[in-house]
Amino acid sequence: MSPPALETRGLRKSFGALTVANGIDFRLERGARHALIGPNGAGKTSFVELVTGALRPNAGDILLDGAEVTALPQAPRVKRGLVRTFQITALFRRLSVLENVTLAICERQGVGGGLFRPSGRYRAAIEEAFALIERLGLADDALRPVNTLAYGRQRLTEIAVSLGLAPKVLLLDEPAAGVPSSETGTIIEVIEELPPDIALLIIEHDMDLVFRLARHITVLVQGSVLVEGPPEAIGADPRVRQVYLGERVPA
Amino acid sequence: MAEGAVDAFARRHRYRLLEALPWLAAIAAYIAFPSYLALGAQILATILFALSADLVLGYAGIVTLGHAAFFGTGAYTAGILAAHSWGEPITGLIAGGSAAALIGLLSGLIVLRTTGLTLLMQTLVVATMLAEAANKASFITGGDDGLQGMEVWPIFGRLRFDLFGNTAYFYCLTVLFLCWLAARRIVHSPFGRSLTGIRENVRRMHAIGAPVTQRRLVIYTIAAGFAGISGALIAQTTQFVSLSFLSLERSGTVLIMLIIGGIGRLYGAFIGVPLYMIAQDRFSTIDPVFWYFWIGLMMVLLVVFARGGILGLFERLRR
Repeated sequence: MSPPALETRGLRKSFGALTVANGIDFRLERGARHALIGPNGAGKTSFVELVTGALRPNAGDILLDGAEVTALPQAPRVKRGLVRTFQITALFRRLSVLENVTLAICERQGVGGGLFRPSGRYRAAIEEAFALIERLGLADDALRPVNTLAYGRQRLTEIAVSLGLAPKVLLLDEPAAGVPSSETGTIIEVIEELPPDIALLIIEHDMDLVFRLARHITVLVQGSVLVEGPPEAIGADPRVRQVYLGERVPA
Repeated sequence: MAEGAVDAFARRHRYRLLEALPWLAAIAAYIAFPSYLALGAQILATILFALSADLVLGYAGIVTLGHAAFFGTGAYTAGILAAHSWGEPITGLIAGGSAAALIGLLSGLIVLRTTGLTLLMQTLVVATMLAEAANKASFITGGDDGLQGMEVWPIFGRLRFDLFGNTAYFYCLTVLFLCWLAARRIVHSPFGRSLTGIRENVRRMHAIGAPVTQRRLVIYTIAAGFAGISGALIAQTTQFVSLSFLSLERSGTVLIMLIIGGIGRLYGAFIGVPLYMIAQDRFSTIDPVFWYFWIGLMMVLLVVFARGGILGLFERLRR
């Protein structure tokens, strides 16, 4: 059997007295449509930061496609296909949509450090970027600076940039956060149409979106996995309901 | 539409007519002000210094208060060579640029691990340490008295540096032009664009898998080299180097000139430096005691009315 796309074993991280990951064991299967949910402060975003390498764990292992990556910096993890989006849009705000995506593609192709040829001559990268933008319905905004776009379209750009990196594992950190409900539909459609071989982990608050997209759900509470299972089981689980009603689970 | 956007994007690096303006202006200035060629040569060399600061600050977003370290290293290297019977100017320039790039690389390995205020302090420390080293090594640098006795040979063994500054002017203009070509190429390369990415959002740059620290070190080294060439040019054309070449004031002034012109646009140096240096020359002639006040007033007005410098002002007017 092939190893899971992403796995963590006993992942632990604390900042002084605050423990954000308390021994997380987690598996993301190949081609998964997996959601990570949990109340505010459950450690969801910290988990993303740990997995991508922005934070260093105090203990535990991170395996990507069966290979240990715990000690690797961010960049080589990205090269191995581990890609994330940000909860709060993190783009090159004054650069155009096309340039945002082109920069990502150039890095993936390993030409991002090229000093001599003008960037405009990397035609293949630019055309690939444009095709991606077109697919996400952003073609009309290709040359507009990102900070002039409506927020929903910025979120789409965020997804476009991550797709430009040809992810094998894609971590979507609240892809619809802050987007008016009239525009969430487009984002859900885009996520639904992602290639099935990408292992997808969606970190989300919006339960509608989670139950529409996910086939497997993990509930994180206070840095630990409370429960995991298929959506129906999670929806019916009394402990999950308690957590979301703000009550403590009796130990 | 589709091809249109891609084509427009792919054509961005092409030369535009407006980019000829600085060079036409430099030739016009040569014809119009023959008695100011010495100042002109200084301005041209200083533009290169500011251009190099623009690569570091404007493109890569590395805030530095120690850029004079590289300028001074280049100047002392070329100067010491010329004072010790190697006055050949071109090799002097190359030596100055290389020494400065080496200092840039070595200090960059340490200081670029940090960001923000810590980085600012560290760049300052590097320049101060070099200045103190130059002060102590007075047997070779001349210390407080400055480096004396430079003898610069004719360029290619033929073009003698004349009293009126004809040769110096065209020497500086040519070197500036070549360095500008290189800088422009760097800025438009994928590497240059990735620097802009680092400036715009360093977290995102990490997240797309770019080796951010390495990129910053590369541009820091290249820019240090340009700053060194600029210092070497001034040393060779004025035949004098002093400790002020390494001073905080020199590091600060180049930033002020760059900010007046506008940072991160490649051409800010070409506007800010002449404006500042000509104003300084005029004000200090008209008002030898009080001239710094007028420079200060000019800065205040610019900060209030022209954020983003003169180029920023033009961009807003065009919209």
